[in-house]
Amino acid sequence: MATETTDVAGVCVDAGGSALGMPQLCADWMPNQIFWLVITLIAVYFVMSRVALPRISAVLAERSGTITNDIAAAEELKNKAAEAEAAYDQALLDARAEANKIVAEAKAEIQAELDVELQKADAQIAAKTAESEAAIAEIREGAVKSVTEVAKATAKELVVAMGGTADAKTITAAVTARMKG
Amino acid sequence: MATEEYSEGGSVFQFHPLDQFIVKPLFGDGPVSWYTPTNVTLWMAIALLAIVAVFVLGSRGRAIIPTRLQSVGELLYGFIYKMVEDVTGKDGVKYFPYIMSLFLFILFSNYLALIPMSYSPTSMIAVTVILGFGVFIAITILGFVKNGPAFLGLFWMSDAPAFLRPIIAIIEIISYFVRPVSLSIRLAGNIAAGHVVLKVFATFAAAALISPAAILGIIAIYGLEILVCGIQAYVFTILTCVYLKDALHPAH
Repeated sequence: MATETTDVAGVCVDAGGSALGMPQLCADWMPNQIFWLVITLIAVYFVMSRVALPRISAVLAERSGTITNDIAAAEELKNKAAEAEAAYDQALLDARAEANKIVAEAKAEIQAELDVELQKADAQIAAKTAESEAAIAEIREGAVKSVTEVAKATAKELVVAMGGTADAKTITAAVTARMKG
Repeated sequence: MATEEYSEGGSVFQFHPLDQFIVKPLFGDGPVSWYTPTNVTLWMAIALLAIVAVFVLGSRGRAIIPTRLQSVGELLYGFIYKMVEDVTGKDGVKYFPYIMSLFLFILFSNYLALIPMSYSPTSMIAVTVILGFGVFIAITILGFVKNGPAFLGLFWMSDAPAFLRPIIAIIEIISYFVRPVSLSIRLAGNIAAGHVVLKVFATFAAAALISPAAILGIIAIYGLEILVCGIQAYVFTILTCVYLKDALHPAH
């Protein structure tokens, strides 16, 4: 503490530069503090009310506006996404239905073709069977005829060998009667 | 008190805990007249510059996503704005700039005074008396301007028993006039006492034997002072809001 002369120090500071009593209560210094306090307060008030507070309140308002807008935009995007998802699901459902329809159609077509083929095959088989039956009947008929002829000839020969006269008509009738039996 | 310490002579300790509050001219050694730039001026100016730095330079970018400094300013703004709105109601919001200025001056002065070798304007009675009585006088005038003679209803408890009303009125009037005194003494007392205690501990720290304890004491008191500085600024502001509410709505 620099030593000051007593007349400069006044009533609040002693010869050694230390405070006499509480400096807070020194009346000599009060006007100075009050003057500078008032100046400072006015300056702070002007800075705050003219520059800082309007600016901060504008920034805060702008921010809350931005946040509101962003939330609205997010909501919109969410709705769009939901719509897109619904559309996707619908498309999936449609595609599945379409696929089922195509499968059913193909199945029906194949079935129809199959039926036609089966019918054709059946008809062929039936025709073949009938043909075969006819052939078999012919063969059988042929065989019977041959047997009849052989029997007639044999009977005629037998009759001749036994010394009778072979009346053709009688023999035929007799053989026919026997063959029926 | 300081003079008694001098006379001891043999003592190791030089106790001058109040010397930190001496008002000194910044330039030269002349007498301190009302306009002399002093250390009070200097630290008030630093407080003003700090406020400008946080609130004007900090919000310079007007950023939607705030910078650190800007968000400090916004935080303080929101804090005081909400306090004014909650305590005084919607019609008190137009006094928000005044209350905000008051709060910021006290807050920044208090915290800047915690810097070693600094000066604490808010520990000076003259300063806090002007603050306290300024609030008191402004609010009293506002009360009469807004409500006319009805403002006196603040002192007249109409729902109290009739014979008690005059007694309550006297108590209310006394408590009303004590308001500025308590406002100013509370602020100056808290800040000055904290600084004196810090200084006393710092003096003890000069002796090797007890210096560790003294330094721990300084740390502890410093931590406490950090709380006190914020709390005193808050208390001054919220009491101002409460008084303002009384002036705007005097009916109980």
